[in-house]
Amino acid sequence: MSVRPAEALPVYEDAPVRWFALAAVLWGVVGMSVGVLIAAQLTWPEFNFGIPWLSYGRLRPLHTNAVIFAFGGCALMATSYHVVQRTCQTRLFLPALAKFTFWGWQAVIVAAAITLPLGFTQGKEYAELEWPIDLLIAVVWVAYAIVFFGTVGTRRVRHIYVANWFFGAFIIAVALLHIVNSAAVPVTLWKSYSAYAGVQDAMVEWWYGHNAVGFFLTAGFLGMMYYYVPKQAERPVYSYRLSIVHFWALIFTYMWAGPHHLHYTALPDWAQSIGMLFSLILLAPSWGGMINGVMTLSGAWHKLRDDPILKFLIVSLSFYGMSTFEGPMMSIKTVNSLSHYTDWTIGHVHSGALGWVGLITMGSLYHLIPRLFGRREMYSTKAIELHFWIATVGIVLYIAAMWIAGVMQGLMWRATNPDGTLVYTFVESVKATYPFYVVRLIGGLIYLSGMLLMAWNVIKTVGAGQVETVRIPLLPAHA
Amino acid sequence: MDILYLLIPLSAVLVLAVIGLFGWALNSGQFDDLEHEGERILDADAHEMVDAPDFCQTQT
Repeated sequence: MSVRPAEALPVYEDAPVRWFALAAVLWGVVGMSVGVLIAAQLTWPEFNFGIPWLSYGRLRPLHTNAVIFAFGGCALMATSYHVVQRTCQTRLFLPALAKFTFWGWQAVIVAAAITLPLGFTQGKEYAELEWPIDLLIAVVWVAYAIVFFGTVGTRRVRHIYVANWFFGAFIIAVALLHIVNSAAVPVTLWKSYSAYAGVQDAMVEWWYGHNAVGFFLTAGFLGMMYYYVPKQAERPVYSYRLSIVHFWALIFTYMWAGPHHLHYTALPDWAQSIGMLFSLILLAPSWGGMINGVMTLSGAWHKLRDDPILKFLIVSLSFYGMSTFEGPMMSIKTVNSLSHYTDWTIGHVHSGALGWVGLITMGSLYHLIPRLFGRREMYSTKAIELHFWIATVGIVLYIAAMWIAGVMQGLMWRATNPDGTLVYTFVESVKATYPFYVVRLIGGLIYLSGMLLMAWNVIKTVGAGQVETVRIPLLPAHA
Repeated sequence: MDILYLLIPLSAVLVLAVIGLFGWALNSGQFDDLEHEGERILDADAHEMVDAPDFCQTQT
């Protein structure tokens, strides 16, 4: 065994990438399983079992936190650590700190899994975790930012590839959002009160909430898209120029969309109007990203026929386009007056979550995981193909059920008799929703089964592969 | 709507920071050669895989 100094043979640091990638698959299964359970509870309340720790009210935030921060978060950390190294052609900055981010983030996830069913909550959507966990999140996030930006700062390629701009914006924005929205006065170890109150707290919360969607679930995953779509298609991004233009437009516009969650509430009218206006404007930069990703296949559409990973990636962009059209439409006040508080909102969320976030993550991990274990492909390509079709069917059932239920609820709630009284009682709308909850449960079960198939494929791939070190190219094409 | 005393200055600072960042990118040549940057990620990994077996690395 010859010992050579590290500088002579620089290698990428892929251990955190591997760990986060595998963790993402695990938390995907867990988070989606909780989703299926709560969908069953809405359909048949018996599934609450009379046990407080399994009650819907406590498990719903466990589901949202698990799928967004555990599944989505681990996928983003895995891919951002992978992409930043490959595109900067340099080793991860402070690898020990990167490993800390892995263990710190898993600690956050486990803490959430314990405290949320116990009923400890700040009561703010996607920000339910109590103040000690909020502090841990802040520490891990600062470490993540140091590793990511340190790697960009020590790059050996002058140009910063566009995906890194998206990852960077996601990291900075989430830090800002988290710190501002989680400001609270602790009273006991597991109880705190928000620094804000009333409709002002609502405004801060939905500034946070919508930017969690815009920066965590959109900008971050667009970073993923901008690397793995060209890599899998073996073609460059359709228009690199467009990627830069829509990046800046996107990050500027998203910040203002939050008030569309608060139409017809105590929030001042002018604030609601700003939210509506910027949400509509947002359609353009969002579709810029979709077009750029989809058109990367221009001249290579035939690859879609035989490559199921490309199917995942391209169809995810279709759902992205759909959701970023639907969202602005629902931000229009008159449309919102029908959709708010109905299951249409849930349908919209899941078209974005299952369709965009889910599929782009699955496609990217199917590309990444074999390469992390010395292979070119997953153990079973047929299983990827099957997963794709299963996932798509699940998504369509889910969102169609929720669209119909949502519009029906909105119409029932606003139906008035000639004398001004309401036609329907609230419980009548609940009863009418029942069959759609059954279909949604079936859709979610199908989607979960696809995720289980992925977990099997990943386990077989890891078992058949081996960890290898990857040398950083010593002579980059353009310095 | 007292929260605006926080949100508006915060947003203004953020916008200025974003403009500053864009200015840095422009001046440091990030947008100089857009034609080739998209293709770079495709050829960079020509030597991606596998190391010579004669050197040891500790696996984590």
